[in-house]
Amino acid sequence: MAFGTLATAPSALSGEAFLELRGVGKSFGVGAARTEVLSDIDLALAEGEFLAIVGFSGSGKSTLINLIAGLLMPDVGELRLQGRPITGPGPDRGVVFQSYALLPWLTVLGNVQLAVDAVFRSESKQDRVHRARHYVELVGLGAAHWKYPRELSGGMRQRVSVARGLAMDPKLLLLDEPLSALDALTRGSLQSEIERIWAADRKTVVMITNDVDEALLLADRIIPLRPGPRASLGPSFAVPLARPRDRKAVNDDPEYKRIRNEITHYLTVVSRQAAAANPTRRLKKPVAKPASLRPPSMSLVP
Amino acid sequence: MSGYLEMFKLSKIYETPSGPLPVVESFDLEVAKGEFVALIGHSGCGKSTVLQMVAGLSDISEGHVVLDAREIDGPGPDRGVVFQAPCLLPWMTARENVMLGVRRVYPHVDEKTRREIVEYHLSLVGLANAMDKRPAALSGGMRQRVGLARAFALSPKMLLLDEPFGMLDSLTRMELQEVLLDIWSEDQMTALMVTHDVDEALFLADRVVMMTSGPRARVGRILEVPFGRPRERSEVLEHPDYYALRGELIAFLESQQRETRAA
Repeated sequence: MAFGTLATAPSALSGEAFLELRGVGKSFGVGAARTEVLSDIDLALAEGEFLAIVGFSGSGKSTLINLIAGLLMPDVGELRLQGRPITGPGPDRGVVFQSYALLPWLTVLGNVQLAVDAVFRSESKQDRVHRARHYVELVGLGAAHWKYPRELSGGMRQRVSVARGLAMDPKLLLLDEPLSALDALTRGSLQSEIERIWAADRKTVVMITNDVDEALLLADRIIPLRPGPRASLGPSFAVPLARPRDRKAVNDDPEYKRIRNEITHYLTVVSRQAAAANPTRRLKKPVAKPASLRPPSMSLVP
Repeated sequence: MSGYLEMFKLSKIYETPSGPLPVVESFDLEVAKGEFVALIGHSGCGKSTVLQMVAGLSDISEGHVVLDAREIDGPGPDRGVVFQAPCLLPWMTARENVMLGVRRVYPHVDEKTRREIVEYHLSLVGLANAMDKRPAALSGGMRQRVGLARAFALSPKMLLLDEPFGMLDSLTRMELQEVLLDIWSEDQMTALMVTHDVDEALFLADRVVMMTSGPRARVGRILEVPFGRPRERSEVLEHPDYYALRGELIAFLESQQRETRAA
């Protein structure tokens, strides 16, 4: 069975790509304990594209996001944003972390304001306050802007984190499993929220997730990250479904079913290959039977 | 009455200052020997309460639970339970955690045989190389594998699974569903599983029981799962009825959610 197309479209490699990764590899540890986490990552992303990278836990998903964010440097290969090499973190890339990363002594507005003040230094104080308020309202926290993180639910905290990421008006938004710490219901409503916000200004987005359905609801393109160590990107699956995508309506869409089955099949196959590469013993079944521990309590059989 | 497990007019009523509150009311269900039944419903609908009453961990307010022609009146090793949090003792290795129950259920065999039972079941869940690790050294998925081994090692009459993969990410969840199906098919133990994941229910179960939202939760509808066994995920997904059945379950959950909000 053939899967999708190549992760990198040839035209994108000719220098027009918005974000480009070439031969990127990253290892951690020293000496014999050194492990190659990511290996030979090639990726090209067009401007305005929403890309989801679906990966197994421990496969190096966060390492990949940290490399794009400039929080980590690759051992080999290069990363370019709009043609310029990524050499460190910068306000052109907004990151939304799985753990929210809010400052506990600042309010909702304070957390967003901090980022706005750092990025828009040349703007007047009034403009900056206006900007921060706008994004707090955009994520539906206008009425709770004065609250502290400890007074918020997980879903609300993640909204603050999304507002902060957007308020910096970055060229590229990096979402590192933004919803995986939330329960299914909150997750569903924040998913629609992210789609709505994304549709409003079509930022270029790279989202890391472990949930195929989440990727199918949000992304234009899905690329699996194969299980580590030495994780590399799998084939690219285009998601040409109309937006906005409704969780229940897509269930009847033949295109949705086809892509969902293809990706699930691909992930099942690579997961089995990874398990087969690390075989564990399977022992012989002992014959002993459990003792009957308790006397019959209320036998219904006369 | 011919079920291996029978729940008859099962109710759970809590006393509150404003009077008795029936969380579950008149829950009736029969499960045949060797059948795998999934119980789905919204969080807080009382599905875990039903499972805990069958496990003997929660008192039965009204009604009866009968397993293999004997009425249940408390917890016992004839029912292997797998919880959402694996509940392993942190100072014990995987092997010692599984041994804890095995020692109680196999008092009549020698220590060597007991060790074999423990090691066999840990090898079944793919942990042959991690038997001497403590929970802290294991990933979430591996801990839940120990939880499965611990339940299966008791050779119980039936298996009770309370959202066993609810805390795992969706790809690890898929891996563990296959591990569970793999060991379950060894001797097709009667199983009752609580979940809110419709794909999980369809992949594992013979029947999916949809529970109405509490209070007064009961059996709403029952869906027969038409997929043969052994099951292969790709084949299940390609089954012509798969997405229709999935849609039915999603629609039921959404209608229950609307009713809860309206109430």
